[in-house]
Amino acid sequence: MSTPTTPLWEVFIRSRTGLAHKHVGSLHAADATLAVQAARDLYTRRGEGNSVWVVPSSAITASDPADKGLMFDPADSKVYRHPTFYEVPDEVGHM
Amino acid sequence: MYTGSITVAETPLLRYVLGRADDALVLGHRLSEWCGHGPMLEEDMALSNMALDLIGQARALYTYAGEVEGAGRDEDAYAYLRDVTGYANVLLVEQPNGDFARTIVRQLLFSAFIDPYWRALMASTDQTLAAIAAKAEKESAYHLRHASEWTIRLGDGTAESHARAQQALDELWPFTGELFTVSAAERGLVDAGIAIDPEALRAGWHAIVARVAGRATLTLPADGWMQRGGREGRHSEHLGHLLSDLQYLQRAFPGARW
Repeated sequence: MSTPTTPLWEVFIRSRTGLAHKHVGSLHAADATLAVQAARDLYTRRGEGNSVWVVPSSAITASDPADKGLMFDPADSKVYRHPTFYEVPDEVGHM
Repeated sequence: MYTGSITVAETPLLRYVLGRADDALVLGHRLSEWCGHGPMLEEDMALSNMALDLIGQARALYTYAGEVEGAGRDEDAYAYLRDVTGYANVLLVEQPNGDFARTIVRQLLFSAFIDPYWRALMASTDQTLAAIAAKAEKESAYHLRHASEWTIRLGDGTAESHARAQQALDELWPFTGELFTVSAAERGLVDAGIAIDPEALRAGWHAIVARVAGRATLTLPADGWMQRGGREGRHSEHLGHLLSDLQYLQRAFPGARW
């Protein structure tokens, strides 16, 4: 549980240089420095990454679950938005 | 059935390697005692991770001790079959965990010593020790950072956490002098460039601890009487209890594997 002295933090790990940081979970810590340390201890102990971000969970603004219909359903029928109609040259690499 | 204790040769290099291995194993075991008992899940994991780092260092050193001795002993023989007087760790690492503040302060005092020690030992003329030191240094550097950050927060935290951290520092301080002792046998290894002289690290160690203590608003105790004896096998009452826990299974069921 998040307490006034140990708020909740969201953890993002970059698995390889060049890739984006991905959300991996959350933890409790008293401040940002301890949150980075705890993230290292909890989420990188099997070599998962080479960079860590922590963000106070309270800093995240989330979409309202009640708005799911108007927010996301309209994308269901837009198959033409998927870039599957052309070949990506190998030289482009990771996208 | 009972497996008798082993007695190892008293050659300087073997004694030296076993002492460093025992430091790592005993402190690693102490930290492992926190597993499932940490003040919060995050620190439970952090302390267990560090315990595994230290036990890994101990394994590498015990394995090397086996090569040095040449008596066909593996890492388990040294860890499980030596009696308390055969252990050569410093007294600091066998001191009980106490509360979280005491464990953290103990970790700070040891890590502030062993991290520069490993870094210096990377230049050892003994290639195996240099390689072990290079791997261990990265781990101890993190242990030092972790302990430093927590010492600062405990010391500069509430009145309660400050009092506990200060008490831990006062009570553990007399065990720090032994970190810098060198036996006559070890002196020969220092002269040969195999071991390093810890005395050369004393000023740096003191500067690290003083800086952290300052930020933690803790007062460094005066250097008074210093405890010693661990390197010669004269231990506090605590190590015997620790070893009875650590060694029980292999003593009761010799050679047990799973």
